[in-house]
Amino acid sequence: MAASEHIVGRGIGNKLILFTVVLVAVIWMLPIAWAVILSFKSNAELMISTGSAFHPPYTIKNYADIFQTSGVFRWLWNSTVVSVGVTAGILILSSLAGYGFARAEFKGRDVIFVLVLLGLAVPEQAVIIARHQMFSDLKMHNTYPAIILPGLSSAFGVFLMTQYFKAIPKDIDEAAMLDNASRFKIFWKVLLPLTIPAQATLGIFSFLGAWNDYLWPLISATKPEMFTITVGIASTQTNFAQSEGLGFLMAQAVFAGLPVFIVYLFFQKYIVRAVAGAAIS
Amino acid sequence: MTDVTLSSGKATARPRRPSGASIGPRWTNALFVAPYLVFYLVLLVYPLFKGIWMSMLQSDMFDDTSKFSGLANYTRLFNDKVFIGTVWNTTLFVLMTVPVFVVIGLLLALALNRSDRTAATLRAIFFGTSVMSVTIVTIIWQMMYMPDNGAINGVMRFLGLQPIPFITSSSLALVAIAICTIWWIIGLPMMLFLAALQQIPGELYEAAALDNASRSRSFWSITLPSIKRTLLVVIIFEIVAQFQLFGQAWLLTRGGPNNASRPIVLFIYEQGFRAWNLGYAAAASEVLFVIMAIAALVQFFVSRKRVEG
Repeated sequence: MAASEHIVGRGIGNKLILFTVVLVAVIWMLPIAWAVILSFKSNAELMISTGSAFHPPYTIKNYADIFQTSGVFRWLWNSTVVSVGVTAGILILSSLAGYGFARAEFKGRDVIFVLVLLGLAVPEQAVIIARHQMFSDLKMHNTYPAIILPGLSSAFGVFLMTQYFKAIPKDIDEAAMLDNASRFKIFWKVLLPLTIPAQATLGIFSFLGAWNDYLWPLISATKPEMFTITVGIASTQTNFAQSEGLGFLMAQAVFAGLPVFIVYLFFQKYIVRAVAGAAIS
Repeated sequence: MTDVTLSSGKATARPRRPSGASIGPRWTNALFVAPYLVFYLVLLVYPLFKGIWMSMLQSDMFDDTSKFSGLANYTRLFNDKVFIGTVWNTTLFVLMTVPVFVVIGLLLALALNRSDRTAATLRAIFFGTSVMSVTIVTIIWQMMYMPDNGAINGVMRFLGLQPIPFITSSSLALVAIAICTIWWIIGLPMMLFLAALQQIPGELYEAAALDNASRSRSFWSITLPSIKRTLLVVIIFEIVAQFQLFGQAWLLTRGGPNNASRPIVLFIYEQGFRAWNLGYAAAASEVLFVIMAIAALVQFFVSRKRVEG
């Protein structure tokens, strides 16, 4: 950090750069600000012109309507169940497998690890038709397991955790082995607590990924009461331009965005560190 | 990091105790990876091969049967103007977005690679949009792009200029999707570049400062060579990610007007889950898979050559 400050510490040029970046940042926020303002205008006024957003009257009726009529709460609940399920599943499976690949030897382990890494190269779209067919055959669509389970096959977490376990000095578990502890006990009591930073990284990624996932929930959950918030909000926006419910649509979008926004505000430092950490590994 | 115990071979005597863990291979150790492997095999490997198989079937919706048809779906695909169009659109989209992600991402990272509060706030703003879902992002951008009532055309009219038909013109629809995508996820390349910039040892810049090297010189001779690996990672990651364009196109333009902004994944979605041509959709998804693998491989080898040579 100190070094780059050296470079950047150069008078006028820096002020100009900072000014430009601040200007771009303001432009970056305008679309969000616009959506928020629109959400406080009545549908009728917006029908005539969105220009009315610049002057009063403003109203909170759109938000009040969410509590009355919309499926938003059900969808938020579904998203919570799905995201927590995916996150918990990925953390458990990846931690076990990461420890296994990094520390617990068995025949053929290294070959299997390479095969798992190849799985990173398979995009969701290459398997989505067959996956959909499998869940259809089992008549499982429109259930939580159908939305959650495919996410657990991702190799990313296994890769991340394996790298992390490998980076822990071996002396730590070898000492425990001499104490006659079982493999699982060493994993659970000695090594797992050391991986908490990696668990946080992977947990945040998995949660946001599941919360924002669109394609799989879109094709698996076809009943409105099983929509996640991402699919649900999308289902209400089809006729946006002609819609008489523009203000209401905006209020729904803002409301649906709030949970993630709050998570981001609270965990911002952590999320940033998580991205940076994953980048270096 | 190779396992020392593994390379020492089976001949070595290992301590074995009835209850404790033994060093060295043991089949019970496989139990750690087994739970994940079940998911991996059932939900990734099996559908991958099932998908290839399905791509060679001609399905009949009416009596729910299907028969083997070899490569018929593939021949049909390559003669399908709509599909070829989606391959072209997607490639164009990748060419429009990836260079911007790299250049703007790097510029932002360079400008914000400081430890003060202002920089931290600005980083949070640029990264903040990436945590939103595609649904919210497209709703926000519809409000920007709407032909009559949208914010951008409101400004254009206010300035006395011609309104821009973003999502209703076939030459601009893809550009509109690209702009919205860049706005959405510019934060990720920025963060990856920031992480790389912070790994550069400070002494390098101090030496350059002593030599009175200009800002651009120290960028080309110190910064850029030091982050080569990250540059490659970002490029490959973005190519693979942008080839999977779906949500923005589906929600902003529905692929229109006149197929001008229909990407491959949208074609797969429509064929598979709207028209229920499962075999045809599966074939398209295999083509996408191959294109993505080739794009990543080419990029990988080209850059490796350049890095080495």
